[in-house]
Amino acid sequence: MSDRQNVLRVENATMQFGGVVAVNNLSLEVNQGEIVALIGPNGAGKTTAFNVITGVYQPTNGEISFMGKPMIRNHPRGKMEKLYKGQNGDLYRHGHTLAPTPDHITKLGIARTFQNIRLWKSMTVFENVIIAKHMRAKHNIFTSTFRLSHKEEARMREETEALLREQGLWHLKDELATSLPYGYQRRLEIARALATDPKLLLLDEPAAGMNPQETLELADFIHEIRDKYNLTILLIEHHMDLVMNISDRIYVLDFGSLIAQGLPAEIQKNQHVIDAYLGVVEDE
Amino acid sequence: MGKKLKTKAAPEQRASTIITIVLLAALYIFLFALDNALPTTPTTVMLIPVLQKGAIYALVCVSMNLLNGFTGLFSLGQAGFMLIGAYAYAIFCIPAGQHAAVYQYFEGGVVQFSIPEMLSGVLGENAGAFLGAIICIIIAGIVAAIFAALIGIPVLRLKSDYLAIATLGFAEILRAFFQWDGLGKITNGSNLLRKYVNFHNIKIQIGGMIYQLDTIFPFFIATLSILIIVLLVNSSYGRAFKSIRDDEIAAEAMGINLFKHKMLSFVISSFFAGVGGALLAMFQTTVQAAPFRASMTYEILLMVVIGGIGSISGSCIASFLYIACSEWWLRFLDSGSFMGMTVPFFRDGFRKVVFSVVIMIIVLFFSRGIMGDKELSLAGMIRKFKKKKEVKAAKVAAGKEGDAK
Repeated sequence: MSDRQNVLRVENATMQFGGVVAVNNLSLEVNQGEIVALIGPNGAGKTTAFNVITGVYQPTNGEISFMGKPMIRNHPRGKMEKLYKGQNGDLYRHGHTLAPTPDHITKLGIARTFQNIRLWKSMTVFENVIIAKHMRAKHNIFTSTFRLSHKEEARMREETEALLREQGLWHLKDELATSLPYGYQRRLEIARALATDPKLLLLDEPAAGMNPQETLELADFIHEIRDKYNLTILLIEHHMDLVMNISDRIYVLDFGSLIAQGLPAEIQKNQHVIDAYLGVVEDE
Repeated sequence: MGKKLKTKAAPEQRASTIITIVLLAALYIFLFALDNALPTTPTTVMLIPVLQKGAIYALVCVSMNLLNGFTGLFSLGQAGFMLIGAYAYAIFCIPAGQHAAVYQYFEGGVVQFSIPEMLSGVLGENAGAFLGAIICIIIAGIVAAIFAALIGIPVLRLKSDYLAIATLGFAEILRAFFQWDGLGKITNGSNLLRKYVNFHNIKIQIGGMIYQLDTIFPFFIATLSILIIVLLVNSSYGRAFKSIRDDEIAAEAMGINLFKHKMLSFVISSFFAGVGGALLAMFQTTVQAAPFRASMTYEILLMVVIGGIGSISGSCIASFLYIACSEWWLRFLDSGSFMGMTVPFFRDGFRKVVFSVVIMIIVLFFSRGIMGDKELSLAGMIRKFKKKKEVKAAKVAAGKEGDAK
């Protein structure tokens, strides 16, 4: 596994809101082609970790590298200098602060889906996907308005059509995104994320609200897109069947801190994890 | 697949483009006739200014709709940008010889040239005034756009109501600023700017004849501007604007630079508001900062809401209806008599009461405006018409089959 290229490396990331430490000194690694799961009880800080990686929040401390290059870096500053409760507060004091905006990070090659589906409501399935192509198109507002870059537009349409056909959504292209059944909305969100040509895909609870049959299909689907688009996947999920089935490695968060990491079989036997999280599931 | 895309646009699309061009040409011919051939009757005396003002407000409404309806930025600075446009236009258009008279309290002002006059020297009087007016209108738009870019840097970081308050405040400050005596050498303080090129000075000389272009000129500028906005809204950038309106967080996560796109929308909207302001200055023949107050922005917002937020055709329809009602059709309510009868409560100001009631009815029963967020689309109409024909043909065919049996 060590010969694979490192795609995402999170080092000592701490996210503190006022006095609350939502993510504490989180370090994780995702390598090329892996499917890695981030699990933990509700409120453990999984989505916050996603938001830190995608630039929605600037971490209070820590460094995040993408494809071997530092992408986000920060250390406790200003008011946080006194308030800071996390660890390793001095580690990144000497580096430059890096705080790219979410769109910049998406452009680098990290795409995400949302826990509560966030499709553009007033737009069709086709428009939802083609907008994700906007950032990589070679045009500016002038050439785009006066149709001087119509070849670029045609290329965007062509790629969108190809993607929608591959995802089995082409027959719905003129439907409003929000009029789709729930399962299709989830698929559309993944299709939209794929349209940004990502290297790393972050899925936030992709199986939420799905029945066992759909969850099984989702596992195949995630494998399929990983192979087809040469992706690396980091996902948050509560369906343990799915997580144990598809993950290469698992990280477990509880109260913002990492309590375990390892292969699915190891995690299932880990006493800390059973106490904090899995035990509850098995009791059901 | 590549081949399929290279084929031309759908036939409905092409047909609608042709019909649009024909309709526009017909409109221009009608307006040209209106300007030159029509005798002066009480109707035409009202019709011409209503059409002129309607076209100007249609442009301003569409520019506001680009911001409020398509990008989801609730901005109330439109009157401020119109004010900048109106002043920029007037300042560069006052003939050099008139400066002493116009800036009588400010030693003739600092701007001592006039663009139309400079062009007139080269091209002759009529062509110079025409071209000079167009150049000054573009300058008016650019000045408004520059102000928008500067004010946008701090203001566009705000969201929803806060943005509205900030832009409204900006417009009010601007109005006070333009009336300040310290700037008198440029803006003439709180006095009028006048004697610049207005609609009545726009003429064209063909052969030995001189034709008036009073009404056709604002329509030409407004239709051209609205066409550009329509093209923008339907482009990839327009889609990006709409995605920001629908969900900012998702838009940002899909790689759309929020600040850049909001700024583009704000600057372009302000450019066209500035153009609208310049046209309004031409329409009024005098400019003063005082009328460009918040109530003007509300009036524009009202037209946008009546037409439907997010509908360009709705904005156009609503602005003509609004202007016609407020300036013309409801005038009789103020006149004291109706069809020869004296009605006691038909007196000054009653028009506004009725008008308010009409607006309340519209807002209550058509809460999404006349058009909602739909567009008046010729392509769609053609498609519907074709479908009807097909259904009819199918029915006829079915009927024949039935007869045969």
